[in-house]
Amino acid sequence: MKVSVITFPGSNCDKDIGTILEKEYSAQVQFVWHKEQIPDKVDLVVLPGGFSFGDYLRCGAMAKYSEAMKSVYEHAKRGGMILGICNGFQILTESGLLPGALLHNRSLKYICKDVTLLPNLTNKLSKNIAQKELIIPIAHGEGAFFAESETLERIENEGQVVFRYASNPNGSLNDIAGICDTTGKIIGMMPHPERAINPYTSHLDGRVIFDAIFANM
Amino acid sequence: MFIIKINITLKDSVLDPQGQTVLRTLHDQGKENITDVRVGKYIEVKVKTEDQSIAEKHAKELCESILVNQVIETFRYSVEKL
Repeated sequence: MKVSVITFPGSNCDKDIGTILEKEYSAQVQFVWHKEQIPDKVDLVVLPGGFSFGDYLRCGAMAKYSEAMKSVYEHAKRGGMILGICNGFQILTESGLLPGALLHNRSLKYICKDVTLLPNLTNKLSKNIAQKELIIPIAHGEGAFFAESETLERIENEGQVVFRYASNPNGSLNDIAGICDTTGKIIGMMPHPERAINPYTSHLDGRVIFDAIFANM
Repeated sequence: MFIIKINITLKDSVLDPQGQTVLRTLHDQGKENITDVRVGKYIEVKVKTEDQSIAEKHAKELCESILVNQVIETFRYSVEKL
């Protein structure tokens, strides 16, 4: 598996996800600076967590215009797989690759804790997950998923919700923690599966998430 | 030279927790006749041109492309000669 991990100024989870993909999935990982383009033939593009461009204006607002993202849009047109985690999810919604937007948490607080995720059995990525609950950390200030009611209805009807929160931490509509496009190739989620795969960090359910996503590659 | 003055607010359909927090504080102060508070953004952009239509064009394009996320926000702006 050839992977491009985009590093924006302010990204801080790029090395985490890159290391996990190298060590656990034997991936060939290339870190791509935001001013560069991704190579033509990659299997997966990762938009990592962090605070791209300082989260100024809105999270992900500046990143969507970067040189790297121009090549990511071409990758998306080719049907390539894109995984956006946390700030990566915000960039995917800002750029229109995924519907909706991520608002300030209802509490206005930055929330950093383990949460329980429920796989959505009508979603093509998560329907094969045998575990009923997954423990995955979240760490965000702007993670409340929002979409207008018509869009939300479409997302639900198309089975695009990948995970829901068992106990809604941030005010996300319909308890949404992660969504994908209708093909299941473009995935965005606020929780950090890359932080739940190493025994040193106690929880290991991140592997279940990566396995489910990569099964659709 | 022109200055574009842009006001950005969350759409009515989007809950504004900042505004709600300010509203609660105002009610705590006894200002019960205040019924709603919406917190938004104000942005000033200067454009070096003598042609107002170019400044107007910039204003619309900037708002629609980067300054505003129309999924959650609405905007209005004015263009003034400096």
